[in-house]
Amino acid sequence: MEKSVNYGGHHDDLNLEATKLRLGLPGIISSDIGYEKQSSSASTVVVVRNNKRASPVGIMTQESSSKSHSNVSDARNGDPNSHHQPPAKAQVVGWPPIRSFRRNSFQQKKTDQGDGAGMYVKVSMDGAPYLRKVDLKVYKSYPELLTALENMFKFTIGEYSEREGYNRSEYAPTYEDKDGDWMLVGDVPWDMFIFSCKRLRIMKGSEARGLGCL
Amino acid sequence: MDPERKKVVERVAVSTFPDEVLERVLVQLKSHKDRSSVSLVCHSWYDAERFSRTHVFIANCYSVTPEIVSRRFPNIRSVSLKGKPRFSDFNLVPPNWGANIRSWLVMFAAKYPFLEELRLKRMTVTDESLEFLALSFPNFKALSLFSCDGFSTDGLAAIATHCKNLAELDIQENDLNDKSGSWLSCFPENFSSLEVLNFANLSNDVNFEALERLVSRCKSLKVLKVNRNITLEQLPRLLIRAPLLTELGTGSFLQEHPACQYSELENAFNKCMNLNTLSGLSEVTALSLPALYPACANLTFMNLSCAALQSGEFAKLLVHCPCLRRLWVLDTVEDKGLEAVGSNCPLLEELRVFPTDPFDEDTFHGVTESGFIAVSYGCRRLSYVLYFCRQMTNAAVATIVQNCPDFTHFRLCIMNPWQPDYQTNEPMDEAFCAVVKSCTKLQRLAVSGLLTDLTFEYIGKYAKNLETLSVAFAGSSDWGMQCVLGGCPKLRKLEIRDCPFGNAALLSGLDKYESMRSLWMSDCKVTMNGCRVLAKEMPRLNVEVIKVDGSNESQADKVYVYRSVAGPRRDAPPFVLTL
Repeated sequence: MEKSVNYGGHHDDLNLEATKLRLGLPGIISSDIGYEKQSSSASTVVVVRNNKRASPVGIMTQESSSKSHSNVSDARNGDPNSHHQPPAKAQVVGWPPIRSFRRNSFQQKKTDQGDGAGMYVKVSMDGAPYLRKVDLKVYKSYPELLTALENMFKFTIGEYSEREGYNRSEYAPTYEDKDGDWMLVGDVPWDMFIFSCKRLRIMKGSEARGLGCL
Repeated sequence: MDPERKKVVERVAVSTFPDEVLERVLVQLKSHKDRSSVSLVCHSWYDAERFSRTHVFIANCYSVTPEIVSRRFPNIRSVSLKGKPRFSDFNLVPPNWGANIRSWLVMFAAKYPFLEELRLKRMTVTDESLEFLALSFPNFKALSLFSCDGFSTDGLAAIATHCKNLAELDIQENDLNDKSGSWLSCFPENFSSLEVLNFANLSNDVNFEALERLVSRCKSLKVLKVNRNITLEQLPRLLIRAPLLTELGTGSFLQEHPACQYSELENAFNKCMNLNTLSGLSEVTALSLPALYPACANLTFMNLSCAALQSGEFAKLLVHCPCLRRLWVLDTVEDKGLEAVGSNCPLLEELRVFPTDPFDEDTFHGVTESGFIAVSYGCRRLSYVLYFCRQMTNAAVATIVQNCPDFTHFRLCIMNPWQPDYQTNEPMDEAFCAVVKSCTKLQRLAVSGLLTDLTFEYIGKYAKNLETLSVAFAGSSDWGMQCVLGGCPKLRKLEIRDCPFGNAALLSGLDKYESMRSLWMSDCKVTMNGCRVLAKEMPRLNVEVIKVDGSNESQADKVYVYRSVAGPRRDAPPFVLTL
């Protein structure tokens, strides 16, 4: 079975790119953290942002890959001691050079150190009489988790888009992170999500729309 | 004997030396480097060598065509092939780049019907190809797939079903479509020839009873590496059926029921007298680890890179492993754990320390320069290191290579790009100067941290045995790369990413690239014009540019240059431009 679709943009007629579930800001190809392994029409630097943090200095996107070169040369041309400071939370494609099978087993490691036998978080749904629990370790990606939630609570979530979140559906999945903030499920890479998710809440449409507009 | 007569006798002797005898002698030669040398002596030696060769190693599948290989070597039984550039492991090469095994298999089926072994690295292999393989070679014995892609477990099922003489199935770190574990149940009930089975990186459950029966009837099984779905309860049932095991990869080492199964486990490990290699151990805890101790006495290679051990339990384990030569660990063991390595493993030759949280720069954890120093004091025979860390100093590296001058492979990865010596805030140039000066046998080097052209001046000047160099986020100007290309006589592979090297640097290597296997440069300052000049001047090189969407027209985003007698690729996808 021939694997993978060529995401190199040469099959534009189907416009698969536009409807693909992606993580990160519009216009940025997400890095190879775990969700999208082969999205390597690569930029030099991709920013992984947490929506609530202030925007890091010097965001570099794929469109401005020439800019990223000049950043490299700035470091060289200037005072040798003023080394280039990478933007906070920036992620570089393929760096550090670790093979993907190792990267994918990292989430396993982290959760094992913590709980040993599972990464259970409570799930509440607005309007449902009682809470449920899911083991995040069991899922390898957002679509898997969302499908499981849909089955558990018998509802549909619909398409995620960076700009509008889950605005096209009645419900939006949200989670409470390590810092106690409520975040929209899907914004950060999967690996990062399962470390920081403390509990899930499926919010009703109107309330969720507020979150999606951040 | 007078000198004139002696010369005549010698001349006659060489010319009547029968080829058959020469071939018998040459068959003993295994190393492909030796064989290459032999083939260059004269025509009759070239012929004798090519008829006697049974194993061919093709380091770049595009450097030669299947037809050329089969014409030169008619009696091949074993093939090793490598495909994509190494940086494809880190997603720097787009999918569908190439390196498809298909055309090779078609040739093998025609010319080498008695093919026994196929070992592939970074190739694209489809299920159809695997099925074709399984059906085309009745004597097929060994399949090893490392870092390959394009296939699913259906392909493995075809192999298990049809390869009646299979002795080795080694499926490691591939990007495969893991549909189910049912492939394992495809081995026929009377199949018993397996000696090596490695499915450690597959994620679906296999049928345990089928596995148990398989292990039971394969009396020559020496290598067994199972995936993490095999539990600690199940492990002893496999171990007692495989008394000849020399290499074991366990599944999960998590103890679910502490009391009852521990003794069974200990007994099983007690019987593992022949183990020299141990890996797996995912989810291991301090409780379950001691069960291993009886089996550790003769261990020479321990791969704990899937086991998140803390320093305490790791140190206790090491006490039982005095014979270790190769050790892979996660940085959860921290510097304290590495100190224990230094204290307990005097025979250590290879150390690899992998990061647990490579993307989390915030919290401090992992290993530092002190762990590395501690190992260097205790393990003077260290010759191979791969070390991921977040901080390093020039002084530390200087101490390390002073203690261990025998490094042949030195791969240091300071994970934050452009990071200077954290104590002096200076570039890490002096560190790598120390490495190349002290380690005269250095064959492979990977550099990191804040580096100026000075590092590359040192490398060009001192690294006379260097064959492979990996560079990322380093250098100040073209001069750096020019020094390397001008200086390292044995350089074969040069891979560079995100460095300020441009056309002048690229073109300074004109005379060098034909003696090298390949050059990779991505996100540097090379332009399309520079590549065109290279391609024009050196027609026997393939100069390929991978264009990335949205980049400047004139930029050569990713450049891959390699020598080839096959001419330009005929199967290049649209995003690969051959100049």
